[in-house]
Amino acid sequence: MSLLEITDLRVGFDTEDGLVQAVRDISLTLDEGEILALCGESGCGKSVTAMSVPRLLPPETTRLSGSVRLDGRELTTLPEADLRHVRGKEVSVVFQEPMTSLNPSFSVGYQITEVLRRHERLSRQAARSRAVELLELVGIPAPQRRMKEYPHQLSGGMRQRVMIAIAVACSPRVLIADEPTTALDVTIQAGVLDVFRDLRDRLGTAIILITHDLGVVADIADRAVVMYAGRAVEQAPVAELFANPRHPYTLGLMNALPSAAVGGRLAEIPGMVPSPLSDPDECAFQARCPRAQGDCRAARPPLERHADGHLAACFHPGGKQ
Amino acid sequence: MILRIDNLVKHYGQVRAVDGLSLELAQGEVLGLVGESGSGKSTVGKCVLRLTEPTSGAIELDGRDITHLSRRAMRPLRRDVHMVFQDPYSSLNPRFTIGQIVAEPLLRHKVADRREVSGRVSAMLEKVGLRQEMRSRFPHELSGGQRQRVGLARALILEPKLVVADEPVSALDVSVQASVLNLITDLQRDMGFSCLFITHDLSVVEFLADRIAVMYLGKIVETGPTAEIFAAPRHPYTQALLSAAPVPDPVRQRERRRIVLGGDVPSPVDPPSGCRFHTRCPLAYDACRTEEPLLQDPRGNGHPAACHLVTVDRVPDAAANL
Repeated sequence: MSLLEITDLRVGFDTEDGLVQAVRDISLTLDEGEILALCGESGCGKSVTAMSVPRLLPPETTRLSGSVRLDGRELTTLPEADLRHVRGKEVSVVFQEPMTSLNPSFSVGYQITEVLRRHERLSRQAARSRAVELLELVGIPAPQRRMKEYPHQLSGGMRQRVMIAIAVACSPRVLIADEPTTALDVTIQAGVLDVFRDLRDRLGTAIILITHDLGVVADIADRAVVMYAGRAVEQAPVAELFANPRHPYTLGLMNALPSAAVGGRLAEIPGMVPSPLSDPDECAFQARCPRAQGDCRAARPPLERHADGHLAACFHPGGKQ
Repeated sequence: MILRIDNLVKHYGQVRAVDGLSLELAQGEVLGLVGESGSGKSTVGKCVLRLTEPTSGAIELDGRDITHLSRRAMRPLRRDVHMVFQDPYSSLNPRFTIGQIVAEPLLRHKVADRREVSGRVSAMLEKVGLRQEMRSRFPHELSGGQRQRVGLARALILEPKLVVADEPVSALDVSVQASVLNLITDLQRDMGFSCLFITHDLSVVEFLADRIAVMYLGKIVETGPTAEIFAAPRHPYTQALLSAAPVPDPVRQRERRRIVLGGDVPSPVDPPSGCRFHTRCPLAYDACRTEEPLLQDPRGNGHPAACHLVTVDRVPDAAANL
């Protein structure tokens, strides 16, 4: 049994225009100490998939079905009161924008000790010394002094390290990092990714990394799920995925990168993502796909395991033949 | 030279955003101005368009000094320089239709009568790959990529000599980014404008730029032909920047030697003495703390760097001690 098992997850939101189906039948697993990347472009459902685990979605308008099991325990039906013990303690989240996710009116030290005092019931004294250790763990120099500082006194990279320190304060089993380095400069990004690697190695934390950046995926993830229009279209160990992409969308993404330019041109993916309001019984990518044939319009390709261990949802998968 | 910037300084109060920067841009050339947040790269773009007043230094546009021109005297010159902004959401007026937005520069500069305007807008929309029915749409009805095409159409309709593009593809998804980058390449080749392309993304300038200038804390630390800079970066900061950007290939990426810089970018309010990079440079020695290195090109091959360690027969290697 995996640490986290998501099965047939569907998430939709009631809007004025109707039901927006953000996630469509996602199934995935996460093992202890594993870094799993959820990648894809804006609106593909990668963040909604991950936020379904701690249920950080508006309850009034969210329609969620399927199963999310952490250590065998079902989270989708867990009462709100019990969920509070899961959030921050067993599953925690690092968001993209460290400035808006820290409270500007409290010191760094207060914001870390708050979590420890609430979840771990530590004394003020014990929480303080643990907080200093945590700041050290995430590579913040002079942690004693930083404890007294406020978010506006820190740089972007330092704020994101504080966010990570808060997120790992209660040694969560699963850490969800939603575009954690997207707002940071590359030289700072490298250091923050090292912190994640280090947490996994030292504490065995399992990490779901949500990113649109294939360079980051290549750098740090063990396995990756590529999402398109709410569905997983391909899933494979990272080295495998890049060496041998099977789904035409995965290949399209890789070829569209500026570093993949051929003869001064980039490979474009023509057309646009289909509307999340409808869901015809066909491959969602067929209208943009160079390999599309009649069968792609007649039925939706299921996510199938191929000989090389890839899961791909395509009737005409490429790769090593 | 379409653009010549000589010793440009721009201070915002205590903040020394740009602190003595010189560069030149030739006719039809694409120059990638690269740097991280706070390096001053966007301020350079704003000074070129006189959207902000330079503190000192000189800016020459097509041989004419525009540094101290009045707003009125500047107006006719605005035909020749246009800007493309990063955020395609906030840079288009939500109350105007796409047709009105693209026609605006023609009307403002009174270069076409009403009938002519319509034809030129149509032609421009076609050039940037937007269907004619987009004319009557409003910005909120368009996708991010389509809006950025509108931004390009507006910037190019007067056939300017120089386009300043400030992170024009950074807010776009990769697949959309690819088509906008291809479009910029095509338009630049067809129309022949010069382009100051400001970005933090090295892979984008590698694709697009003829030449690159790397900025750190308000100064250029290295400049040269794109292929040269990527193949053999001379300044330790450029080396660190190139090594920090992850490559989308797990095998190569995990074998690479990465130069991890210590600490943060110092504040531009109180930049370090000597070389501004010395507080984070793995190779810094005594002279770096006191003497400011000048941009020098000891090999005379158009690839100067501002580092004491660059000599005729030696280039520093920031990864040497890894």
